[in-house]
Amino acid sequence: MSTHRVAFTLNGDRRELEIAADRLLIDVIRDDCGATGTKLGCGVGVCGACSVLVDGELLSACLLPAVFADGRRITTVEGLANDELTPLQDAFIREGGFQCGICTPGQLIAATALLAEQPRPDAEAIRSWMMGNLCRCTGYYGIVRAIQRAAGPA
Amino acid sequence: MTFDYHEPRTLAEALALLDRYGEDAHLMAGGTATVLLMRQGLLRPGHVIALRAIDELGGIAHTPDGGLRIGAMATHRAVERSADAFAYSPALTDAFGSVATVRIRNQATVGGNLAHADPAQDPPPMLSALNATVSVRSSRGGRSLPIEELAVDHFTTSLAHGEIITEVILPPIEPGTRETYLKFLPRTADDYATVSVAATLRFAPGGTIAETRIVLGAVGPTPIRARRVEDALRGQPVSRARDAVDLVRDEIDPIDDLRGSAAYKREMARIWTGRALAQVTR
Ligand SMILES: Cc1cc2nc3c(=O)[nH]c(=O)nc-3n(C[C@H](O)[C@H](O)[C@H](O)COP(=O)(O)OP(=O)(O)OC[C@H]3O[C@@H](n4cnc5c(N)ncnc54)[C@H](O)[C@@H]3O)c2cc1C
Ligand code: FES
Ligand code: FES
Repeated sequence: MSTHRVAFTLNGDRRELEIAADRLLIDVIRDDCGATGTKLGCGVGVCGACSVLVDGELLSACLLPAVFADGRRITTVEGLANDELTPLQDAFIREGGFQCGICTPGQLIAATALLAEQPRPDAEAIRSWMMGNLCRCTGYYGIVRAIQRAAGPA
Repeated sequence: MTFDYHEPRTLAEALALLDRYGEDAHLMAGGTATVLLMRQGLLRPGHVIALRAIDELGGIAHTPDGGLRIGAMATHRAVERSADAFAYSPALTDAFGSVATVRIRNQATVGGNLAHADPAQDPPPMLSALNATVSVRSSRGGRSLPIEELAVDHFTTSLAHGEIITEVILPPIEPGTRETYLKFLPRTADDYATVSVAATLRFAPGGTIAETRIVLGAVGPTPIRARRVEDALRGQPVSRARDAVDLVRDEIDPIDDLRGSAAYKREMARIWTGRALAQVTR
């Protein structure tokens, strides 16, 4: 097995690691970098729990070879808030956008990517974009409302 | 999975690595399929050759004759959002946009899609209805083949070891042609199709059907071209469509699976072929 030196930023902090070729980004973020906000759900690209932003693009960390992160900018849920919560995080609290919370890091990352691309999405656009982020608690209504609230009127 | 990872910067280097490691080498584009197959132990290469650093495999642009070139490493989402691809055919950007979720479309590439050859995938039937050709390179030279000759069975292509898909070329579309891609999803919106239908159609000046291509996904070991339906429509008025559509049942070879029984898919193929024809003859 070959090993590779990869350098990337995780939520603004520079990381440089020596990793084996078969490592996946989800494991490197959680185990090597200690950023456990990103969750492993299905492990097969379906549920969205492992959603991260790579150079601003929404991806599944459970499907992404960690060597692909070299030279890239990774954002996880830990990187969203500065001193204060983002309007989106605040809206998730106010609108009941989560219950158990296991899907929430992925929901927040996916919705952040949506609002970066479409600042004023209608409910249909929200549902279509977020369809890849499963939640077994909320029934999705609170999530859609939270994103609408953060975006402001369509 | 234990393998050595290689990231060549040119096509020539990648081809040399494929030759050096032979059957022990496996290409990786976006990685969505290869990562899963390796994790399940279905694929155990000694060498993984990543294509991501090879610039010449990227890009999506009009060709000088009004067709479209899609580089093998273009992601599904790049095609979905490409202004050139949309101007070429909105049905094409639809087909790429109906794959799974944004996350998957951001990672999965066109070349990876074609080489993966899952008969339930969305882009291949549409590319086939648009009469695409696939360019392939090996260290011995290049060739191009009609996309219909690429997939030969479930998850099996006619590519030889040592060959890399470099691009997909779509010919100019005859003026007046209409195109559509329909994906029947009875379960969830991010699922693979139970049945999908890509169709293109052009009327002759007198109002009869001059040309049509109809290709179905998820109802056989490869995408299936409904040639009998096409033949029954060519030169005929639209009023023939209803009868012609029935012929699709005998052209397909669906299997029972969790997306429906073979009998159900046969019936749905008829219904959705009818809907696709309704769209392109409207
Ligand atoms: C959760 C999930 C849902 C999905 N849903 C859908 C769906 O709804 N519709 C759909 O159409 N597809 C769907 N897919 C499949 C997806 O389209 C494929 O996994 C993807 O297109 C493969 O592309 P890739 O770039 O990731 O390929 P990789 O995984 O990198 O490679 C796939 C195969 O192609 C070979 N290969 C890659 N590039 C080349 C090349 N240039 N030349 C020769 N061989 C090459 C590789 O060696 C490998 O065998 C889904 C996948 C996942 C994980
Ligand atoms: S854990 Fe990655 S998509 Fe489910
Ligand atoms: S809040 Fe529990 S799974 Fe979404």
